[in-house]
Amino acid sequence: MDIPYTYHERRDTGLTNGKIGIWLFLASEVMLFGALFASYILIRTGAPSWPRGDTVLDVYLATFNTIVLITSSVTMVMAWASLMRRKFGTFRIYMGATILLGAVFLVVKYFEYSHHFAIGEGPSHSNFLAVYYTLTGLHMLHVFGGMVVNAYFWGPGSKLYQTNPVWFTNRVEHSGLFWHFVDLVWIFLFPTLYLL
Amino acid sequence: MSHPTGVDQTKPHAAHEVHHEELGFWRKYVFSTDHKVIGIQYSVTGLLFLLFGFTLMMIMRWNLAYPGVPLPLIGGLFGDARMPGGTMLPEFYNELGAMHGTIMVFLGVVPLAVGGFGNFVLPLQIGAPDMAFPKINMASYWCLVLGGLTMLGSFFVPGGAAQSGWTSYAPLSVIAGTGQTWWLVGMIFLITSSLLGALNFLTTTIQLRAKGLTFMRFPFFVWSQFVTSFLLLLAFPPLEAAGVMQLMDRVAGTSFFMPSGLVVSGQVLTNAGGGNAVLWQHLFWFLAHPEVYVLILPAFGIVAEIIANNTRKPLWGYRAMVYSLVFLGFMSFIVWAHHMFMTGMGTAMAAFFQTTTMIISIPSVVILTSLLLSLWGGSIRFNTPMLFATAFLPMFGIGGLTGLPLGLNISDIPLHDTYYVIAHFHYVVAPGTIFGLMAGIYYWYPKATGRRMNETLGKIHFAGTLVCMNVVFMPMFIVGLAGVSRRLFDAGSGYDFAQGTMHWNVVSSWGAWIMALFQIPFIFNFFYSIWNGEKVGANPWDATTIEWAAPSPPPHGNFATPPQAYRGPYEYSVPGAAKDFTPQHEAS
Repeated sequence: MDIPYTYHERRDTGLTNGKIGIWLFLASEVMLFGALFASYILIRTGAPSWPRGDTVLDVYLATFNTIVLITSSVTMVMAWASLMRRKFGTFRIYMGATILLGAVFLVVKYFEYSHHFAIGEGPSHSNFLAVYYTLTGLHMLHVFGGMVVNAYFWGPGSKLYQTNPVWFTNRVEHSGLFWHFVDLVWIFLFPTLYLL
Repeated sequence: MSHPTGVDQTKPHAAHEVHHEELGFWRKYVFSTDHKVIGIQYSVTGLLFLLFGFTLMMIMRWNLAYPGVPLPLIGGLFGDARMPGGTMLPEFYNELGAMHGTIMVFLGVVPLAVGGFGNFVLPLQIGAPDMAFPKINMASYWCLVLGGLTMLGSFFVPGGAAQSGWTSYAPLSVIAGTGQTWWLVGMIFLITSSLLGALNFLTTTIQLRAKGLTFMRFPFFVWSQFVTSFLLLLAFPPLEAAGVMQLMDRVAGTSFFMPSGLVVSGQVLTNAGGGNAVLWQHLFWFLAHPEVYVLILPAFGIVAEIIANNTRKPLWGYRAMVYSLVFLGFMSFIVWAHHMFMTGMGTAMAAFFQTTTMIISIPSVVILTSLLLSLWGGSIRFNTPMLFATAFLPMFGIGGLTGLPLGLNISDIPLHDTYYVIAHFHYVVAPGTIFGLMAGIYYWYPKATGRRMNETLGKIHFAGTLVCMNVVFMPMFIVGLAGVSRRLFDAGSGYDFAQGTMHWNVVSSWGAWIMALFQIPFIFNFFYSIWNGEKVGANPWDATTIEWAAPSPPPHGNFATPPQAYRGPYEYSVPGAAKDFTPQHEAS
């Protein structure tokens, strides 16, 4: 028994199951990060003083990371577009680049974290750092999760392309939607934490 | 064990083959991806946790009825750290109270109402072969199991399980013992489980409904699960965020919920401070008010199905009920702070939230009234499911109406945190939701097993439970109006004002213990009928909705040919029709 509409659209909704599933999942993610941003606003407005982000954090590293993530979103789209044109080799290159850029982001983040820990600025140091570690930590988990899924589609998951390229392309598209969301969260996080 | 990889999803042409390969025991009954097996797993897990949560409460009720008296027979089993000499310590009472709430809500009612009935009935009712994402469905169940085991395991850590109530209010929960960390980790598993389940239900309902089954032809149960899933999907993540922050507070020493200069046992805490304890309450109730509707909406759905079936009439005001349901779901996101009138939020905020609270009572009343009017003029069949369904109406009505004084700022302040709140809430959930769920078990049992549960035992179960429920909860209104706080482990035996209500606690407690005895016929019936119940065909209740088109029990894949819907869900007693029900899936 197979589930209908896994890789072709239902006519009246115009969607596959996976497309609806990933958008619903992103809706719940919006609520997750939304609650965290709301908490940040409440704690910050209630605080007698609050450091400007650039006095504590390294804006240059974060700017570099922003560029890295935006580039990875572009390569993600290119990976999907290559599949649409049925160019599997090109897909492999772009998908590999997406994963590598994700790794670059995490490495830069590692250096940022270890620098702060080295000078005794852990999460318990101040509420600013508590917000910083919680939000960026959760975001990093999302980056890592996206990388795992992308690595699966780059490697063992790509076998599906041989038998059902349409389904495989859809899967990459859904993974891409998640990747763009993770990118978008960072685009909110960067000014909120580093610049304001 | 046979070949474990099961269905090969990579073959696009596999849709035309009927898979009949034998799955091994583990894949068929334990790590199954079949929505019916998962539904039954959820139901049994939920029922076991309901029994466990009920047991915790029965132990608590001893100390409330007979404060300071050693618990006979089993009192010695809990050890000197919890019940020295069989007498309950306040810490143990708090442990029992916190875990009773958590287990009943997150591990008992939600898994049974949403995971169990949603999984088993919803795909059948919309004529789907399975859920849209069977593997995610399995993952959702196993996340629940992990969460449940974490919660159970927390009883054995040093200091015992969480003691800060099911609400886990900061800052007490932040400075509490290790059990609270386990509670938070368990909650994150349970939240993940609910999220995966919710997005699966929504996708399944939108995508896999049968041909011709438009939204306004949905059985009311499908609508109730649909709205419930939206609530779970959008309301749970803020609690997850709050859980992560509380975990950070406890493990990494942050101060999200910890105000500055907090003094605990004469010591000023050294955390950074500047946090906001009320923030936890906002995030918690942002989930937990929609959660109340997660508890009640599936019961509405079940009761609506059973009432239409047993009055042999269409539901009165189906459209109004559906619109009310959707409106209720939407409004449930903007009423949460009526749980927080005591936080000093100010009159402007209180006015807003009490207004939205009064507004949200309107759609609830519309649904309840429609169900009540559906009874009018019907020739009612009083079988066990119908008895539970009809009892649901006044019981939920009592729960709902007694909630109004709690939704208004002025009357909430004296009633806040008294037994009145316990009575109100439990009337909604215990004789309300749980009656709905019991009705559903008796109603869909023949679909799951091919056999009907014993009616005599069912009626004994019903009558005893109905009487005992009222004996348990009605006195709590009196105790609460006398002003006795729900948090007192000895029911206020040390206070003068509580002396006049002490005997009511004895009544409540005996009600609870006798009610436990009346569950024995149910438990016996549940297992006995699997093998010895009256054998029935596909449609034992002469019902109209699509799940009754499938064989009982339905095979893997549910329907031999995909069903099609030709009409609305409740075409009972259509004038001029040959029989008094015209199934949705029969072409005229």
